[in-house]
Amino acid sequence: MVHWTAEEKQLITSVWGKVNVEECGAEALARLLIVYPWTQRFFSNFGNLSSPTAIAGNPRVRAHGKKVLTSFGEAIKNLDNIKATYSKLSELHCDKLHVDPENFRLLGDILVIVLASHFGRDFTPACQFAWQKLVGVVAHALARQYH
Amino acid sequence: MVLTANDKANVKAIFCKIGPHADEYGAEALDRLFTAFPTTKTYFPHFDLCKGSAQVKAHGKKVAAALVEAVNHIDDIAGALSKLSDLHAQKLRVDPVNFKLLGHCFLVVVAAHNPAALTPEVHASLDKFLCAVGNVLTAKYR
Repeated sequence: MVHWTAEEKQLITSVWGKVNVEECGAEALARLLIVYPWTQRFFSNFGNLSSPTAIAGNPRVRAHGKKVLTSFGEAIKNLDNIKATYSKLSELHCDKLHVDPENFRLLGDILVIVLASHFGRDFTPACQFAWQKLVGVVAHALARQYH
Repeated sequence: MVLTANDKANVKAIFCKIGPHADEYGAEALDRLFTAFPTTKTYFPHFDLCKGSAQVKAHGKKVAAALVEAVNHIDDIAGALSKLSDLHAQKLRVDPVNFKLLGHCFLVVVAAHNPAALTPEVHASLDKFLCAVGNVLTAKYR
């Protein structure tokens, strides 16, 4: 089980409280597909992904980004039991979606960069530590049921 | 992975923007590296790593200068950083994974200070550039 200090929990929840899940989610997923174009392999049915502009404006990308980040919110509500929270999603990503867990790490790092761009100086190094830990734990939990 | 003409233009432009703050960005990237990824501190047992450390500031300046040098010779990063590449291979031997971590932290710093300038396209180009620098620095490892 992951141990979170009170400070880490506070840093995570205080940032999360100010996050626009729809906007941040859309931006994070769009940036993933733009910065690491090979990740587009999972979204061949999403329509136009032919350019950064197309990707950023793609309504399916936006919707899916919101879905992904909303799910992140579940982890934050259950920091002490992220493994269980993501057990079914982990099976899904392995058995049905066939997503290499490395992609979870890539998205996690992109999310950190998006948060930094939104919060600037307020996204302190200590804040970054807590969030790197969180995205790492989420990636690990999502990979846990892989076989 | 190849830097396109577009990538090179994006990287030069963002470094122009960063301009006089390069040293501070270097120091902040290191500060974030040591805080967010404590394993990286193992390479600096001889440093004072407390906040505001003069050694970290000085080292941040060195890191920034190397990046600027790479930008100024973006068509031949391997040539520009050849001596640094030798140093890392023969003496420092920093595990390759850490260059990714520092590159990531540098992106975080740029994002925090220049959110409008770090568009997705520029983000992609800068990420590629930082990868290229990391690759050059580890190219002679074996």
